[in-house]
Amino acid sequence: MSSRRRDALAGYLFIAPQVVGVVVFVLVPVGLAIYYSLNDWNIFTGEMTFNGGAHYSELAADPQLPRVLGSTAVFAGGVVVLNLTLGLLLAVLLNRRLPGVTVFRTIFFSPVVVSVVAWTLVWGFLLQDNGGVNGLLEVVGIDGPNWLVQGPTAMGGVVFTQVIRSVGINMVLFLAALQGVPGQLYEAARIDGASSWTIFVRITLPLISPTLLLTGIITIVGALQAFAQIAVLTQGGPGISTTVLVYYVFQTAFEFNDIGYGSALALVLLSFVLILTMVQWQLRRKWVFHES
Amino acid sequence: MMSATRRAGTAVAAALIATLTACGGSSTSQQPTEEQTSAAPGSVDLRMTVWTSNEEQLALFQSIADDYRADHPEIGSITFESLPFEDYNSTLTTQIAGGNAPDLAWMGDLSKDLIQSSALVPLTETLEATEGWDYGDLVGSVTAEFSQDGELYAYPFSNSPFALYVNTDLLAQAGQTLDPAALTWEQVNQVGAAVNAATGKAGFVVRDFDYSAWNMLGTVWPGWGAAAWNEDGTECTFDSDEMVQAFEFLHTAAFVDGSMPGPGTTVDFFAGDSAFTVAQVSRAALLDGSFGYEVYPLPSGPAGDYSVIGQAGVGVLTSSDHVQEATDFLAFMTNPENARLLAQFFPPPRESLLTGEQLAEVNTKLTAEQLQAVVVDQLPGAVTLPNHTNPAEIAQKGKAALDALWTQDADVAAVLSEVCTAIEPLLR
Repeated sequence: MSSRRRDALAGYLFIAPQVVGVVVFVLVPVGLAIYYSLNDWNIFTGEMTFNGGAHYSELAADPQLPRVLGSTAVFAGGVVVLNLTLGLLLAVLLNRRLPGVTVFRTIFFSPVVVSVVAWTLVWGFLLQDNGGVNGLLEVVGIDGPNWLVQGPTAMGGVVFTQVIRSVGINMVLFLAALQGVPGQLYEAARIDGASSWTIFVRITLPLISPTLLLTGIITIVGALQAFAQIAVLTQGGPGISTTVLVYYVFQTAFEFNDIGYGSALALVLLSFVLILTMVQWQLRRKWVFHES
Repeated sequence: MMSATRRAGTAVAAALIATLTACGGSSTSQQPTEEQTSAAPGSVDLRMTVWTSNEEQLALFQSIADDYRADHPEIGSITFESLPFEDYNSTLTTQIAGGNAPDLAWMGDLSKDLIQSSALVPLTETLEATEGWDYGDLVGSVTAEFSQDGELYAYPFSNSPFALYVNTDLLAQAGQTLDPAALTWEQVNQVGAAVNAATGKAGFVVRDFDYSAWNMLGTVWPGWGAAAWNEDGTECTFDSDEMVQAFEFLHTAAFVDGSMPGPGTTVDFFAGDSAFTVAQVSRAALLDGSFGYEVYPLPSGPAGDYSVIGQAGVGVLTSSDHVQEATDFLAFMTNPENARLLAQFFPPPRESLLTGEQLAEVNTKLTAEQLQAVVVDQLPGAVTLPNHTNPAEIAQKGKAALDALWTQDADVAAVLSEVCTAIEPLLR
């Protein structure tokens, strides 16, 4: 065997586990989901009947779906904006050589390593009408709302719970990016009389734009996949005001036992994730520094 | 973390493969006969899904299983798979869809779907033919939930009436008394409000309702003569005058009188947080003696006295490869002798075991008189919680509409009309 072929073989062997994983755990299930979405499956009898795409017609006729998509957009939008803003703010604040800064970095990062269900359960108690959050508000004379049982505050509650749990990972990524910005650029800008805001906008942001792209993609995909927060905190309520698409897929397929329609909904979600990721990837050419 | 899409995809992939496998298996399944099994020694492994994780209960099941195995060499093992109660239905249905169905399963509100889909083995003939089983001993009112066209599909092993638990210490602190002989919901509301005002503790709580599981309010609305749907389950009756009055009572209790804690509040009667709770008699095990208590039959409403039971059944899945052996084991597990053992945890469906004295022998929390009043006397005329095919979707659609009721200025009649609009298409 020639050296070139040996190298190629070694390369294929190295990527083989990942390829097998993607095929078995992604491509085959996606293919099956497409198959199921074209059938009616009575799970009690095992009977499978081809329905000619009726589940896709059902998507257009489903009166709940527009509201579910709206809730999904509000949830994902809220999480992305707050997570990136807060993550960047924390990274900028903690990117200084100050006493105790490591402790603060650890504190803000620690929720990332906590089980999402445990984290959400605790916040479920804190956000109750007679919970810790309203207890604190009462101390300062504010009569807090019943957070998780009113539409707007319920959505706020689940967004907040998701953001503060996951902001630490973005903070760390931003910190690493900030520490990669050459110090002489800041020095030159200051000598030229640039303000802090101008330095941040003209130097920092462009130089950390690859990380902004990465965190943006991770956060959007993560927000579209958020399930436990909804399942534990609100079960999609009140009404269906916090029923996001992932939770709706779960309800339809695994609680209502409508695997066919649930699969069609799952493919809608998959399409959204793919489209959003591709759009961001294409837009990177316009705003990401260092990208060719 | 694996994405939800991937997770769902993986689950359905596994389900398809397993279903295909199961199709082959199920084709060999047979209806039970009275003939002895021809299976080779040790060749049959049975599995039963349950939602209890109580070690004493599991130990009892295992000891019954061991007794059965001693006389049935064909049985290799009998295992009891404990699934979380909250996810029981979805886990069981996923197992069925995935071709990994248990041989026997506990069931609650999934029973109608299972029966209608012919997923359960008919039991009447086998149980009647089993020597000493005494089919006629079953109380008629408790078999209806698991029967269709006169055929029993699951043995109703647990028939626990709902009762009113009273924290007598809290009532004493608030200077309140009750006449149990003439107990009404209005009294409960008044005393609950007084306890709330005097002690800061909650008045009355419908356990497990939590402003979410509205079917638990089926322990209250029969007092007003209301029902969620008509008898054959084809027409929503949530918008009836009786139901509107029942919900007006609950709404007033929560938002005007303060006798029922509002939404978003966790209150546990058994931790001493409330004066009253409506809960099944089997919940008496949670009483730890930290406060004085009484247990009464449910209060009467404007429509008079009523009683409600929560049931659980156990049946054999037609998809089992060992239908005959599983059915035979079920008959053994529920024979009079073992039914008596099970009665220490679950109110039995057998008339011969239903006396206050007998139940008190295996119940350390309640007296014979209490058990006679809240169990034995209630079972014959009891209704069940609302049950229908497709229970999860009806529950979710109903909840989504009913959520609008739990605000201070809700229009009760309009909201209940919306509930009917939401669930009517699912009633068939």
